[in-house]
Order: sequence, then structure tokens, then C-alpha cells
Amino acid sequence: MNISDELYQQTILDYNRSPRNFHKMENPTHFARGLNPLCGDDYTVYLRVNEDDMIEEVSFDGHGCAVSKASASLMTQELKGKTLDEARCLFHTFQELATGKEHSLGKLNVFSGVWKYPERVKCAVLAWHAMDSALSGKKTTSTE
Amino acid sequence: MSSLYEQIRADFPILGKKVNGHPLTYLDSAAASLKPLPVIEAVERFYREMPANVHRGVHSLSREATAAYEGARETVRKFINAARIEEIVFTSGTTASINLAARSWAATQLRKGDEIVLSHMEHHSNIVPWKMLCEENGFILKIIPVTDAGELDMEAFHSLLGPRTKLVAVTQVSNALGTINPVEEIIAAAHAHGALALIDAAQSAPCMPIDVQALDCDFLAFSGHKLFGPTGIGVLYAKAGLLEDMPPFLGGGDMILSVSFEEICYNKPPYRFEAGTPNIAGAVGLGRAIDYVRAIGFDRIQEHEQNLLRGATAALNSLEGVRIIGTAEKKAAVISFVIDGVHPHDIGSIVDSCGVAIRAGHHCAQPLMTRFGLPATARAAFSIYNSEDDIERLAAAVHKVREIML
Repeated sequence: MNISDELYQQTILDYNRSPRNFHKMENPTHFARGLNPLCGDDYTVYLRVNEDDMIEEVSFDGHGCAVSKASASLMTQELKGKTLDEARCLFHTFQELATGKEHSLGKLNVFSGVWKYPERVKCAVLAWHAMDSALSGKKTTSTE
Repeated sequence: MSSLYEQIRADFPILGKKVNGHPLTYLDSAAASLKPLPVIEAVERFYREMPANVHRGVHSLSREATAAYEGARETVRKFINAARIEEIVFTSGTTASINLAARSWAATQLRKGDEIVLSHMEHHSNIVPWKMLCEENGFILKIIPVTDAGELDMEAFHSLLGPRTKLVAVTQVSNALGTINPVEEIIAAAHAHGALALIDAAQSAPCMPIDVQALDCDFLAFSGHKLFGPTGIGVLYAKAGLLEDMPPFLGGGDMILSVSFEEICYNKPPYRFEAGTPNIAGAVGLGRAIDYVRAIGFDRIQEHEQNLLRGATAALNSLEGVRIIGTAEKKAAVISFVIDGVHPHDIGSIVDSCGVAIRAGHHCAQPLMTRFGLPATARAAFSIYNSEDDIERLAAAVHKVREIML
């Protein structure tokens, strides 16, 4: 087992050192906090969704490990321009990827070795869960 | 290399295990210690030779089981020098012990507006039971602050005590920082204000001698699993006069003298507080673990662990970007540290890939982490079976963390 190949691939290290879309969003239409009480990882994911249910902008802030931060950052890039249905579908596929199922998800494939470290899977999916909660919250707590 | 390590290494066959292709370096003893063969064999022997219930059979196996269980209680009594055997209540661990003191004593003795003093470095098990009680009954928590070095601010502590203080509950050794607290002074000050004192000895019991009569504490709690014993067994010590007046917390078998639908007559301590079939094998294992520790002796244990603490502190301090959290003058062999720019979880995973087991997280002490402005730390905890080689392996693994992450 080589942890540099399986868990800490270069892309993850790059995104950890300089995360993209790593800032609070003014006037998001949706946002939710993702908290891992076990290790203290704590992110807030912000989305701006337009009238056609398309995600125009995504960002996040907070703190956590390299795996959770890189995953959150890559997620924000992947979700921009997607519809809500596409976003939920990608969340589902990404969860499968992170738990050992083979998928072709481009850059997100750097997380295909995470399943070998079961205690780190929740790091990889944390921001995605926050995104999903934020979007689900729309029905009851729409900010628009 | 320490002679203690050489002498006892063979008692811990798990040390021969390979983890991720490397020899195991176990530095997570502050979460759970490894178990020596005599303890494993004592538990196995119980199940093999006397697997009966206690206190209720008239047959031979039950008599043997009862003798083993009560023998373990006497071993615990001697270990902490309690005056009387009925002051030793077996529980499932420190958490259950503190909850028992909270529910049976504090909930029935304190009144609305009474104050409970805790420290900022408590484990959640010595915070949450009290916080729950405060919310239900209107008691008030007062918190002893912690200095930048990770020591209790004793001046502030004394100023927290007042006429409404009814209990001071503090840990003897911080599980997160290793700080050894001046519990003698704390207990005396609590008593001077008419308050009782509860000591969380979960982290201290494995590394220093405890004499409850000399300390004069009113309650003391510890667990088997940090003391080279089984999981799911622990102890609440309480002064006999307190236990005598305390109502039971859990109801069930073995804690009664007689039961009818009209009236229940409760058993005397300690049985009043041990409802249901207890963890007999756990108690037997704990008793054997205590015998094991006493045979080595705390003089040798402390000398060995303080050597490792000094060596590991120096090794980590010499690594660039590593910062030790908790620099108290008196420490047990527990070292919390952070690496600038690297999350403790990433430290934990990478050193594990080198066979080094440490803890990464908030150590069930979130208020303390918040105090230091950290979400988490990495923690290396040394014990009797660690050697100077383990320090070198830790240092090499931490070096690799920096290589990969920075």
C-alpha cells in the first residue's frame, strides 16, 4: 500500500494547498453547513441557483483535512453550470466512487482509492452532503 | 533501550504484528492500552472454568465466580487504598461512574442555583453528565480556565469557589495534553468551601499511584481499558458515608433485598449500584491488570514513561513546523501536536501507513481544542511497552507527513 498513490494524489494535494472557490458567498440562494463531529471538519457550502434550476455559482469555506478540502473544492468546480437534478445525480455517483465502485468522473477520479481508508470516506463526501442538504432545504427554507 | 520495555515486551504479543508492512508502533494508549497476556488469560480462564453468575447460585461454579469477582473488588480497593471494600462500585467505565455520581448523588443533593466546578480540560465524559444535570435542575457550571501552557489557572480556580459550590469535578491527568493537575490542592480547597470533590482518574490510574485516603477525594472514577484491562469495566470509588445515603441509579436484579409490588427494599452498597449481571469477566481481567501493574511498580513505570516523554518531546520539537500543544511543567507521557499547514487527520493517516498508531481528533475534549483555537490535534501517548525505537519511528513518520503534504 502506498498512501501517496491511493489517498494523497497530486491533485488532492494541489487543491488542499490552493483550494478553488474557497470563500463565503454573498447572497447565496442555498447554503448548508457540513460538520463531521468525529474529527471536527466543518465546512459551509454556498450555491446560487437561477430560475431555471441551474447552479450558477458554488463556493465553500471552513476547515478540515486535505481530503475533505480537496473534495469540496473539486465539487464546486464540477457543479457550476449543472442543473439541480444533474447535481444530485453526480452526488450519488460520487458517493459510489468514494466507496469503491468504478466510475469515470474525470478529475474526481482522484478519490477512487479513498474506499481503502474507510474512516476517510466521510471526509471525501462531507461537502457533497452539505450541498445536498442545502439544495433539499430549498423546499422548506427557500431564501429567495 | 529501557530495561522495562525489554522485560515486558513478550507479554504483549500484538507488538509483533505488522501494520501496513511495518512493525506496529502503538502510541494510542491514552485511548486504550494494549493488554498483557496474563490479563487475556485471566479473562479466558474465567469463561473456561467458572462462567456462572455471581451472588445468586448455591452451586460451586457460581461460588467460584463470586469469589473471583469479589476478589477483583478487593484488588481494586488495595490499588487505590480505599478504607473499605464496599466503597468500590464496579461500573462499565469512567463514563458510567461519573453518570452514577451525577444521578445518584448530585441530582438528589443539589438545589437550583448550586454550582458545579469543572475545568476547561475535561473529557466530554466529565462535562456532558453535569451539563445535562444543570439543564434539568437549574444547577450552574463554573469552569476553571486553562493557561497557554495547558495548566489549570489555580488562582482563577480559587476565586470560582463560593457558598453555592457543591462539587468540584476535575481530571487528574488530561487525556488530551498530558497535564498532571494538582488535585490535592483542588480537593482541599473544595472541602474548605464545604464542597465535595470528584476525580477523573481514567488517564492517571495507569501511570501514577493513587491513594484515595491521602487525597481525601469524595469520588474517584477510572476505567479498565486504559489500565491494561478489558473494555466495559470501570470503577466508581465513593466514601462509604456518601454511598450509604445515595439512592440507586439503575434498578434491576442484584441491587435489591426484597421486591414486592408494594415496596422495594434496596441492597446495601456497593451492590445497590450494580443492577443486573455485572461484567464479571471484565472485573476479573481488571483485577489481573492491577496485579500486573503493581508487580512492575509505579516507580519503574514513571521513570520509563518520563524518559520517553523527554525523548519524544525533544524529537518532535526538533522537527520543523511541529508544535506541541500542552507544555505543562508536570506531564504524563501524552503529547498533543500539530504541524503547520497539515490537518491532524492527514497526519494520522500518513503515520498509520508507516505502522504508527496515533490519535487524531479532538480527543473528546472539544472545549479544550476551542480554547487553543484548534479543531483537532495529533496525539502520541506512550506507555510501559513503548521504547526509544518508537520515538524514532514516530519522528520518521512525521517527517514523511511533511514530505507528502508540504
